[in-house]
Amino acid sequence: MKLDVKNLDFIQKNIFTLVPIYTRYGYTQYRMSKFEEYDLYSKNKDFLVSDSVITFTDTNGKLMALKPDVTLSIVKNSDREIKGVEKLYYNENVYRVSKGTNCFKEITQMGLECIGEVGSYEIGEVLYLAAQSLKALSDIFVLEVSHLGIMAAAVEAVSSDYKLQSKIWKYINDKNYHSVEELCLQAQANTEALPVLKKLMSISGTPKDVLPELELFTKEAHVTEELGELKSALSVFEGSELESNIIIDFSAVGDINYYNGIIFNGFLDTVPESVLSGGQYDALMKKMKKKSRAVGFAVYLDLLERLGESETGFDVDLMLVYSPDCSPAEVLKAVRGFEEKGKSVFACSADNGKIKANEVYSLKKGGVIELETDA
Amino acid sequence: MLNIALPKGRLGEKVYLMFERAGFECPSIKENNRKLIFENEEAGVRYFWVKPSDVPIYVERGAADIGVAGKDILLEYEPDVYELSDLKIGKCAMCVAAPKSFRDNSARTLRVATKFSRIAGNYYSSIGRDIDIIHLNGSIEIAPILGLSDVIVDIVETGTTLKENNLEVKKQIVPISARLIANKASYKFKAEQINAVADGLKAQTEE
Repeated sequence: MKLDVKNLDFIQKNIFTLVPIYTRYGYTQYRMSKFEEYDLYSKNKDFLVSDSVITFTDTNGKLMALKPDVTLSIVKNSDREIKGVEKLYYNENVYRVSKGTNCFKEITQMGLECIGEVGSYEIGEVLYLAAQSLKALSDIFVLEVSHLGIMAAAVEAVSSDYKLQSKIWKYINDKNYHSVEELCLQAQANTEALPVLKKLMSISGTPKDVLPELELFTKEAHVTEELGELKSALSVFEGSELESNIIIDFSAVGDINYYNGIIFNGFLDTVPESVLSGGQYDALMKKMKKKSRAVGFAVYLDLLERLGESETGFDVDLMLVYSPDCSPAEVLKAVRGFEEKGKSVFACSADNGKIKANEVYSLKKGGVIELETDA
Repeated sequence: MLNIALPKGRLGEKVYLMFERAGFECPSIKENNRKLIFENEEAGVRYFWVKPSDVPIYVERGAADIGVAGKDILLEYEPDVYELSDLKIGKCAMCVAAPKSFRDNSARTLRVATKFSRIAGNYYSSIGRDIDIIHLNGSIEIAPILGLSDVIVDIVETGTTLKENNLEVKKQIVPISARLIANKASYKFKAEQINAVADGLKAQTEE
């Protein structure tokens, strides 16, 4: 029997849409247990979106956790040294505190990771697949790309004080130019380096518009190598239909203890927050004593619930209300008749008011079918 | 069309005039009626009045592309939005205030009455002071008078209310003013319009 995608729920539909993109590029599915030792998360709390984790004591006395994250488990279970690269995709449930309710919520997360001897091609491929994923979800999308190394150098030039730097990173993430200036003046930071930092913070545009501008002052900021990496990663979009959907925006940041290099976020026009995020996390690999490099991204499927919901407002194509004197064979024959025409049918003796059908038919004794309403 | 959430009240009216001067006028907003949504298709803007503390929620959730909110609200709720500009109006300060006779006894937990629990918590944690937060929704000034708290953390504009209740500012925590905020996703798709508004407003703050 052929699977009809339109009958799947939004999570299944999106998995069904995204998996073929990843498998076509050689990514294989990574399955894992729902549980992980809590120790893994307590040592890497800053890597998690929220530091609250559901824990329980296993029968052997070990403190376990319901996974709040997938990447940490993949990294933990990867070989210390990988020849070539491993390309994995996952589709797992994670357990996190929801911002709105402040309660734990089960979230389906999909994503991919490329681990091992990751070079320019692999980073470009992951970026390309991130853009392809967004395109598969909506025609109107933006993938914002940044290079943490460029911003980190600009921040370091302003101040080497860790506390001040973490405040500056927060302002960068908020595009809060005015507060960066105020803060640096108050803290007597190196204000000579401020113009470069503020310039980087204000940059937001397509690579074609932004890269020439960046070239002009990267030498001054000593980030020529990083700019080369950014250009190399973005070169995968040159001449492609996705090119106009890519923007360079340095407000995309991540914790520099875990992330480095290319970092990116994906946005769809109908969802008010980032639905995809990812980047290089060589720093995390190093922290977990792995010799490999890594890049990947996650798609937050729970945010896609309302995507395309206006496509159909109906549960079934038609409702068939049969009279009590119809025989089961007569009802089934009528249902099969519609089914063979490719229609979904809800047969009932009375409308329960809970099913929304595009059309309502009544079935009288003798197999007479009459159209009642046309919605 | 750019959806703009403005805070109801005097500050919102001042802010609207700034938008108007920046070229984003919507004459119907000045009509004396109870409507909450106003649109000017030609200027490409739709304004709506919301409770000041709700502005960041409308913006964070994407119902509004941009909005204007006090820094106090942003610090308290920490919405995930861009803070594009300091409009330099609605200026006041978040302060610790207490009766004139108050002396802090560090041997005891300090009882702090406030509407801004996060701001108060963050401030006292930054100076390593052990506190007990008493969250109130209004008339904060009477808490120390009735012995409910030792100090209050609240917004101080002129200081008149404090004076009339025999309180005084002991410490300014952070200066407050109105900020232009934007939804992060909206910014990706409407950057040109949003930047035009931000530039138009910024030009007025620098005059």
